Amino acid sequence: MFTAFLIKYAEIGIKGKNRYLFEDALVRQIRHALKKCSGEFIAHKTQGRIFVEAQTVFDFDETVEALQHVFGIVGICPMIYVEDEGFENLGNTVVDYISRVYPDKNKTFKVYARRSRKSYPKDSQEINRDMGEIILNAYPEMKVDVHNPEILLTIEIREKIYIYSEIIPGPGGMPVGTGGKAMLLLSGGIDSPVAGYMIAKRGVKIDAVYFHAPPYTSERAKQKVIELARQVSKYTGPIYLHVINFTDIQLYIYDKCPHDELTIIMRRYMMRIAEYIAKKTECLGLITGESIGQVASQTMNSLIATNEVCELPVYRPLIGFDKQEIVEAAERIGTYETSIQPFEDCCTIFVAKHPVTKPNTGIIRKHEHNLDEKIDELFRTAIETDEVIIVE
Amino acid sequence: MEVYLDNSATTKVFPEVAELMIKIMCEDYGNPSSLHMKGVQAEQHVRYAKETFAKLLKCSEKEIFFTSGGTESDNMALVGCAMANRRRGNHLITTQIEHPAVLQTMHYLEGMGFEVTYLPVDGSGRIHLEDLREALRPSTILVSVMHTNNEIGSLQPIEEAGELIKKTNPAVLFHVDAVQGFGKARIYPRKMNIDLLSISGHKIHGPKGVGVLYISEKVKLQPIIYGGGQQKNIRSGTENVPGIVGIARAAELLYQHFDEDEVRLHGLKRSFIEGIEKLEGTKLNGLVPGDPYGFNTAPHVISVSFAGVRSEVLLHALEDDGIYVSAGSACSARKPQPSATLKAIGVEKSLLESTIRFSLSVFTTGEEIDYTLAALHEKLHILRRYTRK
Repeated sequence: MFTAFLIKYAEIGIKGKNRYLFEDALVRQIRHALKKCSGEFIAHKTQGRIFVEAQTVFDFDETVEALQHVFGIVGICPMIYVEDEGFENLGNTVVDYISRVYPDKNKTFKVYARRSRKSYPKDSQEINRDMGEIILNAYPEMKVDVHNPEILLTIEIREKIYIYSEIIPGPGGMPVGTGGKAMLLLSGGIDSPVAGYMIAKRGVKIDAVYFHAPPYTSERAKQKVIELARQVSKYTGPIYLHVINFTDIQLYIYDKCPHDELTIIMRRYMMRIAEYIAKKTECLGLITGESIGQVASQTMNSLIATNEVCELPVYRPLIGFDKQEIVEAAERIGTYETSIQPFEDCCTIFVAKHPVTKPNTGIIRKHEHNLDEKIDELFRTAIETDEVIIVE
Repeated sequence: MEVYLDNSATTKVFPEVAELMIKIMCEDYGNPSSLHMKGVQAEQHVRYAKETFAKLLKCSEKEIFFTSGGTESDNMALVGCAMANRRRGNHLITTQIEHPAVLQTMHYLEGMGFEVTYLPVDGSGRIHLEDLREALRPSTILVSVMHTNNEIGSLQPIEEAGELIKKTNPAVLFHVDAVQGFGKARIYPRKMNIDLLSISGHKIHGPKGVGVLYISEKVKLQPIIYGGGQQKNIRSGTENVPGIVGIARAAELLYQHFDEDEVRLHGLKRSFIEGIEKLEGTKLNGLVPGDPYGFNTAPHVISVSFAGVRSEVLLHALEDDGIYVSAGSACSARKPQPSATLKAIGVEKSLLESTIRFSLSVFTTGEEIDYTLAALHEKLHILRRYTRK
């Protein structure tokens, strides 16, 4: 029965003179999200409101779900809209609306009229009063409550007349594309997709890099990462996923460096490669799923060691999260089930039984010199293997 | 070069079978239960398939039933027999190295109040008849033994077991899971005292999603699927006509060159085993002592443990050279726990996760075997250098 949606947004409402940029980005993201839904829609911005109007038959649940993935939306109000054919007809429409949306009439309500078309014959107060009377006559069991109504029936008088009463929560945040672009290190685990989601929620466009190490990691592990990127892209729009073959670098480190430093030195090379691609693709930062102390390579000492190889800022939105909190977030955004599929990722293949937890960066740097002979060449080769997969 | 050595997981469909199936799907697409001409045509195709299996198994076409595959055949045989005979007893016997389609069904039946004995196997993966003799009780209603093991290719003494069971108590039913054995060994249920026999289409170059269950005329089975009463009320559901014709034609084609293929496959297996023995740190699983080249095992399955190499890594390394193999068996390779079959035959703990299954088919060539051995030689050398310390 609903034929349109009013889109509510909060934070972008306070962006001063840039406000239109944010609103335009939101409209763009909404249009993109609706492309995958059946039916045709018009999304437009009028007088500080964003409306989505269906032009054809559409699937309500599918459309709402798509809108719930658009950052920047705080609330989605399903509406009906009608041409102005006099107050009596409007009354019939409202009575019919209530009968369909609220099978149980034993509720309190308040009519809230907004008249932006000032030529309408009644003013807001008169509409509130007269429509309230029509509703009470139609449904004597309903009661008026102007302070805490269960149903806040909004009637907006514009060119057309819009009627709505429900608000479905959106994800909040800011429209993707308003905050630049960042490179996510996507491993296949639980944390990195959540980290990408969180940064994207601040309006940042996301690209991703995945390190695979055939034959030690399998094609299925790669497919799993592509699937994770696809799930994150529901929120962020298309993701350029860079797949880098990391095997030779890993084996070279294995040959030349102390085994308990393998993981940390490997992480340093992953950061270097990620930053190289990030800079080449105009990303303004890196994103990782690190959280202090979760594993040996994520202690504060280890973070110093991995941080120092990058010039770009490294965003670690999960830094203060417990594992359980990350798991809950992953379940909420829908990546958890995929993340827990048991495929080995390249960080764990050769992991030492007791990796260093407090690496000394001076010593790490010194041991990295063991790699001087071939590492530049291997670095270049690794970057040449970059396979870009556009995931959406 | 692409070398497919995972034929125990599934096989390539014979092109002729695929063409025949397309014709049936596009032209003779009727429902065998329909009264009109289209239905009659379809029914004739099903009849052809029944007659084909009756001929190959030397039984009556009334004893051939079509299912959705090996798993359903096993379920139907075990659950159907157990339920139909539970007034006679509640004891079932099987082996420790059955396919999950049997083992998991047995676990289900245990939950329903049946008691199950799991016969152990020796180092070559064979049960001992004395163990079977001891396990048989007055309350035993069914014995289920696989013909060919899917992971190591060991062959069970089916004929002897059948004889022993029927001599002890003719009322005990004998089910044989021949999903890996059919098409590789000649199996005649009547002569071998087999009451129920499971066959799968996609292991014999036929389509997936179709199987056969041979049910001896003497056996009463309770259906596990209810509906329109097709296939004499034993297995409801519109017959999968293209699949049924596909499995029958595939079986027919396999039997055309049965003896030559068997000899040729054993020859390939022998050269593969000889090549493996030249490599360092390898161990062949499931061979019978005194039979170094596995002539008394299935001609198409070779299980090898490679010391110091994780099977999944070796699998992917071979994949790089276009060689497709399995770690353990495809059915258990995606679960982290090590294979029950390998444990049951006493493979050392350190080798459980270092075991690869190579499985051949009639398409396998000597050149492919040599190519694979050469690749193994090269990969093992590299992989053993880098291990988890």
